[in-house]
Formats: sequence, structure tokens, C-alpha cells
Amino acid sequence: MSMREKLIAAAVTAVLMLMSAQIVCAQSDAVSPSPATDTAARLAKLEQQTADAKSSADNAWMLTSAALVLMMTGPGLALFYSGLVRKKNVLSTMMQSFALMAVITVLWGIFGYSLCFGSGNSFIGGLHNLFLNGVGAAPDPDYSTTLPAQTFMVYQLMFAIITPGLIAGAFAERMKFSAMLLFMVLWSIIVYDPMAHMVWGKGGLLNASLGGRFPTLDFAGGTVVHVTSGVSALVCAIYLGKRLGYPKQPMFPHSVVLSFIGACLLWVGWFGFNAGSALGAGSLATSAFVATHFAAASAAIGWAAAEWIRNGKPSVLGGISGSVAGLVAITPAAGFVKPMPALFIGLIAGVFCYLMVAKVKAKFGYDDSLDAFGVHGAGGTLGALLTGVFAVSAVNPIFKNAQGATLASGLLEGNAGQLLNQCIGVAIAWVIAIVGTLVILKVVDLTIGLRVSEEEEVQGLDLSQHGEEGYYWETPA
Amino acid sequence: MTKIEAVIQNSKLDAVKTALQEIGVEGMTVIEVRGHGRQKGHTEVYRGREYSVDLIPKTKIEMVLPDALVEKAEQAILNAARTGKIGDGKIFRSRIDEAIRIRNDERGEGAL
Repeated sequence: MSMREKLIAAAVTAVLMLMSAQIVCAQSDAVSPSPATDTAARLAKLEQQTADAKSSADNAWMLTSAALVLMMTGPGLALFYSGLVRKKNVLSTMMQSFALMAVITVLWGIFGYSLCFGSGNSFIGGLHNLFLNGVGAAPDPDYSTTLPAQTFMVYQLMFAIITPGLIAGAFAERMKFSAMLLFMVLWSIIVYDPMAHMVWGKGGLLNASLGGRFPTLDFAGGTVVHVTSGVSALVCAIYLGKRLGYPKQPMFPHSVVLSFIGACLLWVGWFGFNAGSALGAGSLATSAFVATHFAAASAAIGWAAAEWIRNGKPSVLGGISGSVAGLVAITPAAGFVKPMPALFIGLIAGVFCYLMVAKVKAKFGYDDSLDAFGVHGAGGTLGALLTGVFAVSAVNPIFKNAQGATLASGLLEGNAGQLLNQCIGVAIAWVIAIVGTLVILKVVDLTIGLRVSEEEEVQGLDLSQHGEEGYYWETPA
Repeated sequence: MTKIEAVIQNSKLDAVKTALQEIGVEGMTVIEVRGHGRQKGHTEVYRGREYSVDLIPKTKIEMVLPDALVEKAEQAILNAARTGKIGDGKIFRSRIDEAIRIRNDERGEGAL
């Protein structure tokens, strides 16, 4: 140490000693003695640590949930759907799900998140969060006080991915890949983003927790995800027309095995979808988890039993389709209902969706190839309405009066008006889905065309759209 | 030389194979096939939609035998593959003009 450094060190030490002496004087002058301030400081520190710990706990569950919801699209939905198509279309069906994982992610980062969750008007979010501007580690208190805004953003992204993926079930085996991409991009902007904003975004028309005009209870996306995608699927199926040869030519699911694995992955992933929608790792997440599981189970029984009675045999495809129908129906209700109503909602959904798929579809003759409408549109609508019946404040005290006292949630609790609000939410979802989808289909049809040529359809979309085959057994060793 | 083609129930392949080996049949070709005879197909129901399946999976065994073995082989197949129900299958017999072993150009029954 040089002389100069020694001098500086001595000076710094002297200044520090003087300062601490002043503090000691100040403290001894004060009325309360030093332990109190000490306690206050320790309390503040403790509070900070508690908040950090809660934030970490919530964050851990929400990141896990986000991963689970992505797993629902790939491989869950991809397997579920691709098992139901003919073998020549297995890859193209998987690709429809997978492409969304890539494309919607990019859109979400650039503007999707902002349009859904940025503050805007009643119908659509603003552009404040373009390019994820302002979406960082700090929480957005409108959505969660414990989660980093980025966690919330990436969790919601997974919903934006799977929702258009569900529609693909309606136009399986006949839509051009390019047309499907353009359709999905436009659909995400015109239908999904506004609907998600209305129900979940700040200032949204239907937002139940942030003071919407018509508060609609939709815990995890019964209207936002399932009604919009299911109804759009019906519009697609009717607009595109039937597959060549439908319904005369038999079109077997080429592998119920793939569908089975996919459906079970969906069931597991749905815990992230519904319990994750609690946006925390507290008891509400548990409640939603339990309701989700119970509904899936009873719906599987409902569908399979209906088949057993009507056809004499309970099929595997029926069982798994039933569980998905139950999961769809419980989605809006998951964080609002107790386990026994969840069981009931599931059972009703299983039987109802079976009838939609087996009876109603056959009666009207549209080719909703993989029953996206019969399961998601019908099940989602049913679930959204039943949420208004069975929601209780004991599970989730979402409505409060000006004094902060908890108000009744659903019809059975005495809040009949909620059923009306649910109807309004569902109606808006139906209208936006029908109008938006029709416009988009027309635009895509007039620009690049929707359907593949007859020749390509016969050849299969795997070869004609992607130049690959899913199964090629003849490879020499 | 005689060719025997037998279309049998899938579940009877092992029994037929064993029976043929026991009487000294040394080679055979087994093919998974679909087809129908008098046996009606069945219906499969997927999400409430019925599909009638009239081509049923079967197993076809082909073998070319020295004439001395033909009767015994046919009897072995009949015994092993019969359940007594419609759908047990059929045996077809036809003459074979020539057999050639690719490895050494051996011809006739010696090539079998």
C-alpha cells in the first residue's frame, strides 16, 4: 500500500466513524431506544422475504403450468387429432398443431400479448406492450401481484397456441397448409385476441375480476378458448365442405392408439391449464385441480356409458373423447365450483357431447372431421352456462360489494343474474367466432385458396403438402 | 410338385405351423392378408358412426411340396386350423411345373 492509499483509507475510516457516531447520538437522543428501530427493520426484511418466498412458490407452479399447457398442444393435441385421421394425413395433422407452437409464439411476442392484455378499450388491448415492451420481471398488479409479468405473459401464450389448434380438427385432411397458416394468423388477431381481452384483459367488457360491464365467469377459457375455437370449427367445416367421399367412404381413425396417448396427455396437461389459471400456488389452484380431475373422470364414464347403452360396447375412443369433453366443460368452472358439482358437470358434458357428435352431426351432415365443434363448441358452451349455475363464493369470492363484503357467485347461491351474464359472454363468443371466421375464410379463399386439389386430397396431405410420409415400412434394412 | 395355399384364421397360424413341421414340411411362406368369403364382416363404431368392415384379416400360408407329402400336409392343416365355424378358411392345391434353387441352380423336387 502506497502512502497515498494509506491516507485515503485513513480518511474514509475517519468519515465512517464520524457518521456512525452521529447515528449512535441520534439514536440515543430519540424517544424510543434502538431495539424498536431494529425490530422495524427486521420486520420489513421479514416481510420482504415472505413476499419473495410467495412469489417464488407461485412462479414455480406457473412456469410448470405453462410447460404443461404447451404439452397439451404438442404432443397432446397433435397425437389426439392425428390418430383420428387416415394414415396418409397423420403428419400434416401433427404439423397443424406444431406450426402454431412456432407461429403464434412469434406473433405473441410482437403484438399478441399487447392486444390481449395491454390496457386498451373494452374490446381490445392497446399497443403499449408491443414487442413485450414493459413486460419484465416486475409483476403486473392487475393480473398478479406475485408473478413476474413475463411468467404471466408466457403462460397466456400457451393458451393462444392451443386455441387455434383446436379448430384444425374441423378442416383436417383437406386444407392447404399455406391457407391454414394464414387462417390461423388472422384468426388469432381477429377472434382470439379480442375475446381474450374482453374476458381477461384489463378493462375488458366481460372481465369479472377487473370490473367488466358484463362480468362473465370464465376461469380458464371456456368462452375464450373452447367456444371460440369450437364454433369457428363448425363454420370452417360448413364453409370448406366435406372431405372427398364423406360420408359414403369409410374414414377410420388410423390409430386410436395415438389418440389415446394424446388424450391422456391432454388430461394431465389440463391441470396446468385449469389449476394454473389460479395464477398462484394457493388453495384455489388445488380446488381447480380437483374439479378438473373429477369432471374428466365422470365425463369419460358418461360418454362411454351412453355408447354402451346405445351400441352395446363402450369404446376406447368414446372413453377418451368423453374425458376431453369433461375437461372442456369444466374449464370455465374449474376455479368456481366444488368437487361434486364438477362431477355433475362432467357427467352431463360426457353424455351431451356424445349426442352432439353421434346424433346431431349425423342429422345435419356437416363434416366436422374430428368433432372440434361437437366437443369444444358444445362442451364449452354447456360448461360456460353451468358455471353460472354452480359457481359458489366459498370456492372463489370473486364478486364483492363496495364495502368489500363477498357477494353470491352463481345461480344456486342466489345470483340469478350471473346466468344471464354467462349467456351474454357465450353469445359474444359465438358471434365473434362466426363473423370473424367467415370473414377470414372468405379472405383466405379469395387470395390463396382454402382447399387442396382433389388429386392432392386423394394422395394425402402428408405427401402433397409436406413431401413426407408418416409411415414407410418398406425401407430396406 | 404341388403348391398348397391355405387361408386360415390368424389365431391358428402357430398350430398349423407346428403341425406342418411335425410331418416334415421344411419351408413355407406366410403372408398377412385381408379378404372375405362367406363369413360376413363386422361393424366398428367410431364416435357413433358405424363402419362395416367386410375385408377381414387372415393369414395365408403358401408352400410347394413334393407330391408324396401333399395329402399329409393338407390333413395336418385341416386338423390344426378347424374350429368348425364359418371363417375357418380354405385350402387350394395347384400343380407346379418347376422349382429352382437360386443358390446352385438345382431343379425339381430337390430344390424344395
